[in-house]
Amino acid sequence: MTLLSNNKQIETQITTSAFIPEMFVINRIRKETEDTFTIELAVEDGTTSFDFKPGQFNMLYVHGCGEVPISISGSPDRPDKLVHTIRMVGDVTRAIRRLKVGDMLGVRGPYGSYWPIDKSEGKDIVIVAGGIGLAPVRPIVYHILNNREKYKRISILYGTRTPSDIIYQKELESLRGRFDVDLYVTVDRADQKWMGNVGVVTTLIKNSNFDPTNTTAFLCGPEIMMRYTAVALQQQELAPENIFVSLERNMKCGVGLCGHCQYTGKIICKDGPVFNYDLVKDLINKREI
Amino acid sequence: MSKVKITKGTKYVVGVDAIESILTSLKEQNYKTIGPTIRDEVIIYDELDNISELPIGITDVHESGSYRLIERADKALFGYNVGPFSFKKYLFPPRLTILKTKRVDGKISIIRKDEHLDKLAFFGVKPCELQAILIQDKIFIDGEYVDNYYKKQRDALFIVTTNCTEAGSSCFCTSTDSGPEAKSGFDLAITEMIIDNDHSFLIEAGSKSGLKVLKELDIKKASADLINIEIQKLDSAKNNMGRKLNTTNLKDLLLENLNHPHWEDIAKRCTSCGNCTMVCPTCFCSNIEDVTSLDGVENERVRSWDSCFSMEYSYIHGGAVRASIKSRYRQWMTHKLASWQEQFDTLGCVGCGRCIVWCQVGIDITKETQTIQKQVTAQAEQLAEVEN
Repeated sequence: MTLLSNNKQIETQITTSAFIPEMFVINRIRKETEDTFTIELAVEDGTTSFDFKPGQFNMLYVHGCGEVPISISGSPDRPDKLVHTIRMVGDVTRAIRRLKVGDMLGVRGPYGSYWPIDKSEGKDIVIVAGGIGLAPVRPIVYHILNNREKYKRISILYGTRTPSDIIYQKELESLRGRFDVDLYVTVDRADQKWMGNVGVVTTLIKNSNFDPTNTTAFLCGPEIMMRYTAVALQQQELAPENIFVSLERNMKCGVGLCGHCQYTGKIICKDGPVFNYDLVKDLINKREI
Repeated sequence: MSKVKITKGTKYVVGVDAIESILTSLKEQNYKTIGPTIRDEVIIYDELDNISELPIGITDVHESGSYRLIERADKALFGYNVGPFSFKKYLFPPRLTILKTKRVDGKISIIRKDEHLDKLAFFGVKPCELQAILIQDKIFIDGEYVDNYYKKQRDALFIVTTNCTEAGSSCFCTSTDSGPEAKSGFDLAITEMIIDNDHSFLIEAGSKSGLKVLKELDIKKASADLINIEIQKLDSAKNNMGRKLNTTNLKDLLLENLNHPHWEDIAKRCTSCGNCTMVCPTCFCSNIEDVTSLDGVENERVRSWDSCFSMEYSYIHGGAVRASIKSRYRQWMTHKLASWQEQFDTLGCVGCGRCIVWCQVGIDITKETQTIQKQVTAQAEQLAEVEN
């Protein structure tokens, strides 16, 4: 409202700094399943590191195509490489798949809230993931394994549609071989070679051994899966305050300006994506919020 | 030049010619002056050269799904309420390039270039419109991330408010505490006073820049009598609001009734056209699209207004989260009246009534709210009776 000067015009950069992506180079592309893949990115000159907290996401930008919000799925203790696991579901994610090693990808972030792993030290940890939902909780697994003595029992419960939809196969196999982590995998539909569990991920909860008075659970997957998992965990006497979920909505800006990711009063890109289940339990049971 | 000592917050009286002088003075200070004028049988906001372009002697008649201009008995300059446009489009443009990039030999770089924006003066900002600007400030300036374009325009903005002495039949700014008199946030505030054949304006400055303009005018201090008449006129506007919205406990009421059957009833009428979001002076949702040159080298990221009534708005892998019209209307209305309060600590509604007027089927946000309020209260009473 103050009069800046008598100049007729305001000279300015229109671009909001928050909308300027940093350019990263693709160092590695790995196929996970038919429709998912993992990319490793590094800053062009290799000098900058990318710090983030488990559960946060980036806006990934393909020149001339668009931007998508994708959770970070690498290790928080390896800021030299930025890792994303992506499912091809739309134009932008398909365009990212078409890029090659050495191509550039724009990155804005990290944005949003994170899994409270520091506050969960000294506790049992239960991680429940469905499908591509394993990617946003993978940083927790890395962090916990790097700081194994700080946590008590660790259970990882993972469900996918079919055996061929299992991502991070090798890593899961090596986790299976550890005595200090309980990993259970289930599929909705088995094939002839599958020797494991069949059924929804909630059926694995009975396998997981945790002390409900001293446990934090991290849930990531389709909303309906998280809903039923939270119910099943509460049946095991785990209080809703000790359950955390990661929610997803359409996002255009990632910084709370575009309005798309509203979840009633919450704006998922800045108040989430990670929420305490107790704060969203009434909403998650309603349709089309 | 006036010889009266002029201070902020004091009311002075001027004639019609002073309004022209204000416009001229702002132009001399290199402002682009934007104000009301008639186009295609509605009052819109556009660049003003002189006050003869104002909707002189014209008023607007509103109802649910209806808007007409008619002639007034007097020659009032600001004797209308609100048309379809708000000033929103000047601070938050319907389309704006927010980023330019280019790709040469596989290398992608950001094109940075200074742009030249006009310094704007809004002329004839109704108090509800001013409140809408103050609400958008909270979204675009007060948060963690600041919208650069909005902030630059806003910092240089000059606001001339015109208080309302007549309320329209779809107005309810007293319910949303945003009118009919502007309390703050303006550089100059004007109340148009037509008493018999005497046409004058009460004027006060709300900022240093406003004071500077005021000092150039031929003015005198307003008499206590005239100020009393102004109070009566503003009170009369207050008491003649065409609509009412009871905002007590509204946030909890709506958020606790997301599954209320009345949402279904509204959905039977709503066509999900998005008109309400386009005319709303506070709606701020936007989309971002890439527009690429034919050779694929240069690219612009273009931000455009978006509406929560479209299917694409809530699209994530697998489909739209809000596939039903019921859920989209509920999203819009609960956002305006309830969740906005959680997000920005204010109502998202300023009581301008545009969404009522420009709804093609005449859905009325105040009536729909009342219906839910009444049904919930009646239910609670029934329950209390059973318990007793």
